[in-house]
Amino acid sequence: MSYTRDVGALARKDFLLELRARDTLPAMLIFVIATLVVFHFALPAGSSDLASNGLLWVAILFTALLGLGRSFVPEREGGVLDGLVLAPCDRSAIWLAKSLAVLAFLGLVELVALPAFAIFFSGIDGTTIAAVVLADLGICAVGTFLAAMASAGRARELLLPLLFLPLAIPIVVGGVGASVVTNGGRYLAFLALYDAVFAIICWASFEYVVTE
Amino acid sequence: MIRARQVEKRFGEKRVLRGLDFELSRGGFLLVTGANGSGKTTLLRLCAGLALPTAGELDVDTSREHVGFLGHEPLVYRELTALENLELYGRLYRVPERRERIGMLLERFGLWDARSDRVASYSRGMTQRLALCRALLHEPTLLVLDEPFTALDADAAELLDRELAERRDRATFVVATHDPARIEPLASARLALAA
Amino acid sequence: MSSPNSRLPALAALALGLVAAATALVFFFAPLDADQGLSQKIFYFHVPIALTAYACFGWGAWKALLHLWKREPSADLESYVAIHQGVIFGALTLLTGSIWARASWGVWWTWSSNQLVLFLVLFLFYCAYFMLRFSVDPGPQRANFSAVYALFGVALIPVSFLAIRLASDFIHPTVFTSAGPQMSGNMFFTFCVCLAAMLSLAATLNAVELSGKRLDARLRELREALA
Repeated sequence: MSYTRDVGALARKDFLLELRARDTLPAMLIFVIATLVVFHFALPAGSSDLASNGLLWVAILFTALLGLGRSFVPEREGGVLDGLVLAPCDRSAIWLAKSLAVLAFLGLVELVALPAFAIFFSGIDGTTIAAVVLADLGICAVGTFLAAMASAGRARELLLPLLFLPLAIPIVVGGVGASVVTNGGRYLAFLALYDAVFAIICWASFEYVVTE
Repeated sequence: MIRARQVEKRFGEKRVLRGLDFELSRGGFLLVTGANGSGKTTLLRLCAGLALPTAGELDVDTSREHVGFLGHEPLVYRELTALENLELYGRLYRVPERRERIGMLLERFGLWDARSDRVASYSRGMTQRLALCRALLHEPTLLVLDEPFTALDADAAELLDRELAERRDRATFVVATHDPARIEPLASARLALAA
Repeated sequence: MSSPNSRLPALAALALGLVAAATALVFFFAPLDADQGLSQKIFYFHVPIALTAYACFGWGAWKALLHLWKREPSADLESYVAIHQGVIFGALTLLTGSIWARASWGVWWTWSSNQLVLFLVLFLFYCAYFMLRFSVDPGPQRANFSAVYALFGVALIPVSFLAIRLASDFIHPTVFTSAGPQMSGNMFFTFCVCLAAMLSLAATLNAVELSGKRLDARLRELREALA
């Protein structure tokens, strides 16, 4: 299907850009490890495992924000976004490709962060990993969408966290719930619901974000 | 090909275009002139499909895959090479025989030797030439060019002259320029915008 | 459709009348609650204000949809004003909720009221709406962004509600039960009048702000045209 090919071509471009610049991925990696270390000092002695579990989600969220903040910078430089909008592809492909790229980066970072968390704090079970995967989908879908809007405005580094955090609260609830509660299935279902609802909205309305 | 009826474009309270009427038939060449701030760029963006009019009607009788646009910005990724940029656009526009076409264009515009260098390292003139390659890559039938001679040295400008002349019969043109004398011979219609 | 300005005095009169009636009913007609006493009366304002805020956000989202779908020229402004009203009523919801919490349980804030927590999240969300508008220059792009964001908000309301319900499992046990729908006839009547009062108040403020902004825009337009 040509839509898939367009998404592929666009995602390829995003990976190429990161390979060339090599700044976002290392920054995210260092940031997440540094955050985990900060959390160690931020948690008073005798804090439960539950508290540190909650902090894992904070770390993921803010690391993702770091990556998302830079996601549309290449498109705003040199006005390339117009070039992509002019192309015959569906505009939502631009959003989807970028989300997939951010998802890949976030996933790579988590491949390091989750084991680090397990070493620094407490173990991670299967439900937590499933929750992380589902949460990542939501974070990348919504985050990329908002990043496209924020990058068009003036105070873009300030704006993205403001726009993103309220929308991320349900993700945190789903994630923490799944990690902490013994039978976390409900929370995984909730995360899937969140992903479905917001992915559809993002997919349908990205067109309006890039045209006037 | 293009029909404008009472086209108006507003940004907030600022009205950049008002009461615009014109018609451009297929194969025509519209020369758009006007001082800075008269709305040339806005009009061209409307014709290319990057924006919609606030009021009035603008019918452009062609789909996006046949439109070639050259704006004030080059619309290329600075961190990628010329080849990579054109590869991307070639894929998105489903250009047949992509590699050959890219090679031919780069060669014609004197960028073949710099094809694997990052666009960030290019001079303004080279970037403008690359932007032209990008605009022409998919053999568009509607060419919307916003001040295409900007930053081009004498040789490159001559090159562009030849390209325009060569394509004159195969495409419809909307060209905005500060230097109408150069393109005047090609024009079939003129539109002067007042600020 | 008659011009909005002609309806404004009538609307304002209606709102004033309803608010006066509602206040009278709350203090003189509605029965005194056995457990909570006088402080329970805040409920008659708190819940209608909350529902009115939801209605404003919903109206704002509807106008946003009209902007994107039908490209109605006035829809962006109407959406913005509706959401502005929603934030004002939202702030009032948090305020009255806080007063109620203080009067009933002696704390200024409680996480166990799902309603209140939901409002806090929405409040933050719609505050960011204004940040978004301020950071983009006026024009079609800003209108599109605002409209899309308003639609996100409307989707966020049920999703957040669900999230907060789920969160109460592991965050705080639900400690209290608010006055549910088992209201006596007198209570229900009072409640309905209060709801009508709040809604008409919102509609009036909405109309006032809209006409003010429209006048402002017209003035600036004329200034531009003359310049």
